[in-house]
Amino acid sequence: MDFVPHTEQDREEMLAALGLESVEELFRDIPAPLRAESWDLPQPKSELEVIGHLEDLAGLNAHQLTCFLGGGFYDHFIPAAVDAILSRGEFYTAYTPYQAEMSQGTLQSIFEYQTAICRLTGLDAANASLYDGGTALYEAAMMAVRKTGRKKLIVCNSVSPIYRIILESYTVNLHLDLVEEDLCDPASLEDLMDGDTAGIIVQNPDFFGRVHDYSPHFKMAAEHKALGIISCNPIALAVLKTPAEMGADIAVGEGQPLGLPLSFGGPYLGFMAVTKKLLRTMPGRIVGRAYDQEGRSGYCLTLQTREQHIRREKATSNICSNEALCALAATVYLSLMGKQGLVELAQLNMALAAYARERLTAIEGVELVDQGPWFNEFRLSLPLDARVVASRLIDRGIAAGFPLGRYYPEQGNNLLVAVTEKRSKEQIGYLAEGLEAIL
Amino acid sequence: MSDTKIPGDLKYSPEHEWVRLEGDVAVIGLTDYAQDQLGDVTFVELPEPGDEMSQMGEMCVVESVKVAADVYSPLSGVIDDVNSDLEDQPELINSDCYGQGWLVKIKDFPAAELDNLLDATAYENLLAGG
Amino acid sequence: MKTIYQMSRPGRRGDSIPAHRIDDDYFKQSRLPLELCRSQAAELPEVAEIDVVRHFTNLSRLNFGVDVGPYPLGSCTMKYNPKFTEQAARLPGFAGLHPLLPQLRRGGLLAQGALRVLYECDRLLCEITGMAAFTMQPLAGAHGELTGIMLIAAYHQDKGNQRSIVLVPDSAHGTNPATAAIAGYEVVTVPSKDGVMDPAAFKEMLSEQVAGVMMTNPNTVGLFNPYIAEIAEAAHKADALLYYDGANLNAIMGYAKPADLGFDIVHLNLHKTFATPHGGGGPGAGPVGVVEKLVEYLPISRVAEHKDGTLFLDYDHPKSIGYVAPFYGNFGVVLKAYAYILALGGEGLKRVSEDAVLAANYLRVKLMEHWQVAFDQTCMHEVVFTAQDKVEQYGVSALDVAKALIDEGFHPPTIYFPLVVPEALMIEPTETESKENLDAFVAAMTKLAQACKDDPELLHQAPVTTPVGRLDEVSAARKPILTDPLEP
Repeated sequence: MDFVPHTEQDREEMLAALGLESVEELFRDIPAPLRAESWDLPQPKSELEVIGHLEDLAGLNAHQLTCFLGGGFYDHFIPAAVDAILSRGEFYTAYTPYQAEMSQGTLQSIFEYQTAICRLTGLDAANASLYDGGTALYEAAMMAVRKTGRKKLIVCNSVSPIYRIILESYTVNLHLDLVEEDLCDPASLEDLMDGDTAGIIVQNPDFFGRVHDYSPHFKMAAEHKALGIISCNPIALAVLKTPAEMGADIAVGEGQPLGLPLSFGGPYLGFMAVTKKLLRTMPGRIVGRAYDQEGRSGYCLTLQTREQHIRREKATSNICSNEALCALAATVYLSLMGKQGLVELAQLNMALAAYARERLTAIEGVELVDQGPWFNEFRLSLPLDARVVASRLIDRGIAAGFPLGRYYPEQGNNLLVAVTEKRSKEQIGYLAEGLEAIL
Repeated sequence: MSDTKIPGDLKYSPEHEWVRLEGDVAVIGLTDYAQDQLGDVTFVELPEPGDEMSQMGEMCVVESVKVAADVYSPLSGVIDDVNSDLEDQPELINSDCYGQGWLVKIKDFPAAELDNLLDATAYENLLAGG
Repeated sequence: MKTIYQMSRPGRRGDSIPAHRIDDDYFKQSRLPLELCRSQAAELPEVAEIDVVRHFTNLSRLNFGVDVGPYPLGSCTMKYNPKFTEQAARLPGFAGLHPLLPQLRRGGLLAQGALRVLYECDRLLCEITGMAAFTMQPLAGAHGELTGIMLIAAYHQDKGNQRSIVLVPDSAHGTNPATAAIAGYEVVTVPSKDGVMDPAAFKEMLSEQVAGVMMTNPNTVGLFNPYIAEIAEAAHKADALLYYDGANLNAIMGYAKPADLGFDIVHLNLHKTFATPHGGGGPGAGPVGVVEKLVEYLPISRVAEHKDGTLFLDYDHPKSIGYVAPFYGNFGVVLKAYAYILALGGEGLKRVSEDAVLAANYLRVKLMEHWQVAFDQTCMHEVVFTAQDKVEQYGVSALDVAKALIDEGFHPPTIYFPLVVPEALMIEPTETESKENLDAFVAAMTKLAQACKDDPELLHQAPVTTPVGRLDEVSAARKPILTDPLEP
């Protein structure tokens, strides 16, 4: 199947219009010695056969495990209406809305997305989305470097290690000074701050599920004319002190919890919001409201001079395509959840996590590592290597959590457990029983 | 070219800035030709008072919808003042480029650098020459 | 149209959160201290599900996509997106899979199907491009470019080369120079001659400072650079790496492979050549392939095969540039591309290139009577015209033509790009438009060419059939309104 509608007669007529005998003549500019020698690809298949093959492959994946894995990526429920809207071809088969008049659907939905992100974070302006939470954090860090002209970034070691290794990979050639420390106590930040500090980076809830108030950190950053950057969970933002209330300059995060399937790592959604003074240094596309000659209101891409297609090597970022369809999913999801619903959802997550803590710590040898307060995730210390425990629980159909030894070698016995609204009391009970049986 | 305004009492840089001396301070702005080429100006990113400039170094950025143009400082020196009205009314550059649309004032510039600039006739010739 | 926020009514609900999941006690227990809470609930909409569905359905009707009509947007390859690939990505076995699962002990065994998709896609893209290995991590084309430049940097660093310059032809996509610059390189532009990068100028600019050269071939004016062998030889002699921007790979599949042309690194836009949907501006995917000498620098993790045929995530690559994304790329997009490649097979992919090039050339000869082609020669998958003569004769710009095409029922071509052609109209019909649609496009363009002479005002006023006319972008940029203001 090739989805090409041309009949043999169509092809002949088109060739005739060109005065050619065969289509191969159109490839004359490719010198003969450079032509492909092999083309060892499979035979074409029907839709039926391809879907059958993919169903077989999908069947090899253990997606039916009861999931307590989190680490920044959560198994939340997705209302059916989200996919119903995402499946509209008018949305998903369009491209970047360069021609505003025929792209008002995409443009207005992005405008509504920007509004939602600003209202969640309390900040002034949001972009139309970035690739994911990790690359969003990198873009935020680079904004701080550009804006301040300084080289040092202080990163809290409870920022997702998955994101910190990305930051390290990207900045290795840029001669930046990346300092990673435990910053939970603002006093520890004081010694690190200096006149070369471009920004500080923290996370809320942090990688271990703990909730913080970073107001003192951001105050200190402001005193040193450095930027305060916070990575946050968008569902937690329904209840947590906002980045704006804490005095952050840039808020970023992973939008996956907002109606996007886990999908083995992507596509996801990086969100970013900033204070007004940083608007013109923000990367990515931005949609604004505009009016036509007759005074009708509409939406268009705006502030485009920041972007690569105009500024080329002086652009704020090289980003071109974003994750517009994922941003649409988030907008539909947030509209369905609504002002009250999102708060209640966040509270339900927290309550279920509290129940899980109670059940799990009732087991002998299982203890909480932290004092809290937490959002929907927490770390347990176990009497055994958490990797072994997690692996044994898989045999019982449970993905019990993430063994922290992978990123924190000294935490080999610690397990990071996430609980969403999808987990029932009974499932939490199975986890507790399973854990008890193994220990 | 005939309707492009080039006041006779100003100095010009080949990068289309004008310079007017007011005591020890040089007022700097974009020429009529430059504003016309840019189209409707939407934003100006100005330096801060106290910033040091070097002659032909980057001074500020002027943006229209589809263009971001670097403006080069016609003189070395220290920024004495910037036109903060442009923050809310960047269109002043289009409507009154030699008056209310001025960009910055520079002090402490070497007088000799003024000799590197063009007078109105030389600038007019530059434009005429393409 | 009203925004979803303007439809809000206090107390109206659209959620269906399970109410009695857990006793009230646990809500109390888990409550956060006040100083950690936000002072007011975020002003999200308060609407019913039917409001949400109608609102976004109505918004979708203000949009134009490939599913609605022809979309000859040059360089973007707006071809048909097969529906079965959407179905594939939604299979619960893929959509419900947590990315951290394979990082558990023996966890790779829990995701063999997903790892197989990544592994096989790697093998297939290698055969299509001639490269030795791919990474699926980059999340978009521009992200692939950044990955590629990081690979170039790693290669030179490993060899002890001190290099600071990346060469980019003047016709390049804007992402090329932007990428090289944010990766820390100085960008130097190479001029074109007769539409393609000038090999003589290029050779003069080569030096021991040049780390790499970023090229698109065929390039953005739709021309295949016939000097590519000479360019590659010169680059390699100077130990500069040759980077292939794969945006236009859809023109040469089955005829030439980037590796055979002398390229060392390639990124592919799966959302262009391999028909995954553009989603209104993403998500895309930008896998990067390299020749043998660069394989050791590819990002980790990489999918590898044990002797028994099981797959695992391999992190043991000490010279790797590290991680460019958290996991394994935009897996859902890679999966759709894999499904597409399997359906088409080698034969189908070759036909894609043939019919895409045939369609572009058909439009070229049919339109030449009324429109001025930028380069009067055989093109590849896209053809660039210029409206410069229409500007001079009738005061009608490329923008006017684009807006008038909207009223004719077509998405306009890319305009004002590439920068090397004034008033450019860059047309890429793709292989999935029927001959009737190509003829209809020719008829519309012919009508507009006549209108330029008879009634240029018609073009200046366009579009008139859309929900809004041309928007005042100047005011929008001077006084940006980027969020819906809160009701007082």
